[in-house]
Amino acid sequence: MTAVLVVCFAGLGLAALLVLVRLVRGPSVPDRIVALDVLVQLVVAGIAVAAAVTRDGIYLSVLVAVSLLGFVGTVSVGRFIERRGA
Amino acid sequence: MSPLDLLSAALMLTGVAFAVIAGIGLVRLPDLFSRMHAATKPTTLGLALVLLGAALRSETGGDAVKLLLVGAFTFLTAPVGAHVLGRSAYRAGTGGLEGLVVDELRDEDRPDRQDP
Repeated sequence: MTAVLVVCFAGLGLAALLVLVRLVRGPSVPDRIVALDVLVQLVVAGIAVAAAVTRDGIYLSVLVAVSLLGFVGTVSVGRFIERRGA
Repeated sequence: MSPLDLLSAALMLTGVAFAVIAGIGLVRLPDLFSRMHAATKPTTLGLALVLLGAALRSETGGDAVKLLLVGAFTFLTAPVGAHVLGRSAYRAGTGGLEGLVVDELRDEDRPDRQDP
């Protein structure tokens, strides 16, 4: 299972790096929000993989909170842009 | 490794592969709306696969329920988030509107916009 953990984290890290490229390059605010949204989902996936490999369920409540917080953040910034313009 | 573990590992690896595809699409695609297409669909499916794989390995039923709950939340919230973001980007006029081939919202939503 350790090999699975390593490969999964390598893949998630690669995806996070690519997302960070988009986060830095922008060019508009919605682009960055999309990137942050994907980053939150990558974090959720990483916590799930770690919990599955170690068979330790202690972080799973964090998972629920992080995924919902990511959604609230995306929607609130989206509304903010709509009113103010990007 | 039991067969269940193998299935779980295969699901998680497939989900991670989808996450990598989403990352590549996010960097490579040309404008906001096509990037959102890359960002929402593969990550939702990839996250669902990872959560399913993790749920197969959880020791108690409560852990599996929490993981599946996160998956259900994602399936509910990802389309809503993408919709809000796409609408606000469209109304704000950013994100490569000149790349659109068909723009059915132009007349009712942005009357000031010219034909491309």
